[in-house]
Amino acid sequence: MYNKGTIIPGLVIFVLLVTSPIWLNGLKAATPPKPELPPGGEKKCVMPKEYMRDNHMKLLDDWRDSVLRDEERVLVTVEGKTYRKGLQMACMQCHSNKEKFCDTCHTYADVNPYCWDCHLTPKEAASKEDTH
Amino acid sequence: MDKQRRNFLKIASVTALAGIGAPALIRLSSTAALASEHAAAANPVAKPAKGAHGEAASTGIRLGMVIDMRKFVDDPKLLDKAINACNLVHNIPQIDNRKSEIKWIWKAPFENVFPEQSQSHSAHNVENFPFAVLCNHCDDPPCVRACPTQATFKVKGNGIIAMDFHRCIGCRFCMAACPYGARSFNWEDPRPYIKKYNPDFPSRMRGVVEKCNFCGERLALGQEPACVEACKGTGALIFGDLNDARSEIRQVLDKEFTIQRNASLGTKPSVFYIV
Amino acid sequence: MIEKILRGKPAYWIWLAFLGSFIAIGAACYARQYLFGLGLTGMGRDVSWGLYISQFTFLVGVAAGGVMLVLPYYVHNFKVFGRITILGEFLAIAAIAMCMLFIMADLGQPLRALNCLLHPTPHSMLFWDMCVLVGYLSLNILCGWVILTAERKGVHPPKWIYFFVYLSIPFAFSIHTVTAMLYCGLPGRHFWLSAIIAPRFLASAFAAGPALIIIACLVLKRVANFDAGKEAMNKLVTIIMYAALLNTFFVLLEVFVGYYSNIPGHKHSLEYLFFGLEHHGHVYNNLVPFMWASVVFNFSALGLFSLPYVRQKNEFLLGLSCVMIFLALWIDKGLGFVFAGFVPSPLHEIVEYIPTLNELGISIGIWATGLFIITVLYKIVVGVEHEIES
Repeated sequence: MYNKGTIIPGLVIFVLLVTSPIWLNGLKAATPPKPELPPGGEKKCVMPKEYMRDNHMKLLDDWRDSVLRDEERVLVTVEGKTYRKGLQMACMQCHSNKEKFCDTCHTYADVNPYCWDCHLTPKEAASKEDTH
Repeated sequence: MDKQRRNFLKIASVTALAGIGAPALIRLSSTAALASEHAAAANPVAKPAKGAHGEAASTGIRLGMVIDMRKFVDDPKLLDKAINACNLVHNIPQIDNRKSEIKWIWKAPFENVFPEQSQSHSAHNVENFPFAVLCNHCDDPPCVRACPTQATFKVKGNGIIAMDFHRCIGCRFCMAACPYGARSFNWEDPRPYIKKYNPDFPSRMRGVVEKCNFCGERLALGQEPACVEACKGTGALIFGDLNDARSEIRQVLDKEFTIQRNASLGTKPSVFYIV
Repeated sequence: MIEKILRGKPAYWIWLAFLGSFIAIGAACYARQYLFGLGLTGMGRDVSWGLYISQFTFLVGVAAGGVMLVLPYYVHNFKVFGRITILGEFLAIAAIAMCMLFIMADLGQPLRALNCLLHPTPHSMLFWDMCVLVGYLSLNILCGWVILTAERKGVHPPKWIYFFVYLSIPFAFSIHTVTAMLYCGLPGRHFWLSAIIAPRFLASAFAAGPALIIIACLVLKRVANFDAGKEAMNKLVTIIMYAALLNTFFVLLEVFVGYYSNIPGHKHSLEYLFFGLEHHGHVYNNLVPFMWASVVFNFSALGLFSLPYVRQKNEFLLGLSCVMIFLALWIDKGLGFVFAGFVPSPLHEIVEYIPTLNELGISIGIWATGLFIITVLYKIVVGVEHEIES
């Protein structure tokens, strides 16, 4: 092999760099998050818990397209209570605390969805209620 | 070794390119097939246009608006009321800077709203009172033609020209394409400029284009557009289906002489003005 | 062949470092824009496209200009372009790289750029522009690399490559035609709504591209001992002259249509560009000095080119003329064409566009990136040529 002296240390550095997250974080794994249940006491979601845990992003994506593009703004009814389709309209009516519900897992999994760049959490919406 | 590495790199790069391009090809071929089926089902025989220069009527619901400027002249505060209602309902930021301002419905002098109309010897009311300006929700919208991602599109069920803020890449091709200056771009984060939030509607993020949506979200709940509701009882803003001969808006259009903004461009605006 | 990049005289490294510092400035400015938004630019609600899109438009032309070497050499078997055709192909690569960077810099949501592929939209001209630009870039990389490799080995290029070489010719024309169609299909923008935009773009491209190649050849002759040959340069000058004259002719036709028809919409933008547009007692004339400089550069360069002394004997004047014609076309298309299309706005208001420092920093950074790519690619070409000679 040519240039053994540079290639092997180079490879070692590369492997170390790529695996750095493991060395830096792997040994002190954080405790799994416990998202807060709806403070209003609602027990049933629009879909079973397991489905929501895995696919809530897909559901939101489908809702977005059906509401915006197909004009299917039909209401969702859960246990006799109706909600308008949408993150801000349906989900956050029950899961009203973004920090204690959404963020716990998102921070843990290190994902940064940009939902709240536009959509308002109840707290955010109330923050500018009284200034007018 | 050298040769193998070279071949590997070649194959890898071609595969990567194909991987990036494949979704586009799949989407394109599938939508093309759907579109042709759709067209064949909905429109077996192409309809001839009404007259040589007449506006061929679209089918289905086509929402439109009549703006009766006489009513706004009678009550000079009415237009501000309508504009404020819209601003509140849609969380529109009030940016006091011409460069970055966001406008859905706003006021402008006749000469700006109708630059293609004669400006000489205009009537007193026309010269001195500001007109209401908003998106025309064209039946043949240039902005929709220009958008590279279908982030702005015509809603099939009602003819509204809507925006999908999630999809907009912020290229601003639609702003160049719109001949009515109806579109605004979020040059920076709009939230600091929103005075009061409506919890029922999102704000926007920086880097996307926005405009009047004819209150699609309110129509779905059976409400009137916010500006129309603000003018309730005055008849200043009449909203309805242009394709329904019995609708209120059609009765008004049948009776009154109306003008559209720069209709000669063939965009078929859905907003009519009684001057 | 890449190893040729890594060996050079100190001047080569200093030049790269010089460009690198501008790239770093551009990157820093872009970071600011990325974090704050496009509000850091001079663009606004009325002038919604600025320097980024205008540079993009101009550079598509520079890229298309490379075909003025490819077409004579491969289609008409014009042998004297043998040494420099590769320069045209590599110039196209750098120019398209700059185009793509300018587009990315202009997007409000750059991370969503691939939405264009996820939701392909054939009725949008931007979709087709993306297709032809990516196509032309790939073709030039492929053809340039395969042919240079063959040249280095002293063998004829493989036959299959000629298919792609010929394919690149219609692609060169289509990149600039589709770029023109971004503008000339928009209702309500009188200045752009003209069928002559595409031919005009092509004409100015076929002058600006070759002008840059002559400048590059003159530089390479001095610093890298690479001689393109008198006859090749002479032929390029002829091409530039015809193309620049055609462009001038097309612009004058626009002026005639505007002023003779006397339709205000057709005149406004021209008036704004060359004389200043009066509106409510204020005269808007930011671009007037630039446009007249463009006119002076254009005709001076054409005059100089027409002298046999300049073409044959005086390389300094030849270079100067090329710089002047390049600048003239850059002002005409890289500034005036895009900015004036927004004046007046659809609501007949006038807002003048002035780029901000941050915007200029990003633009200069992207130009430096392009020059960096050209330098490196031309270094390979010169290295291979010297290797063959020795």
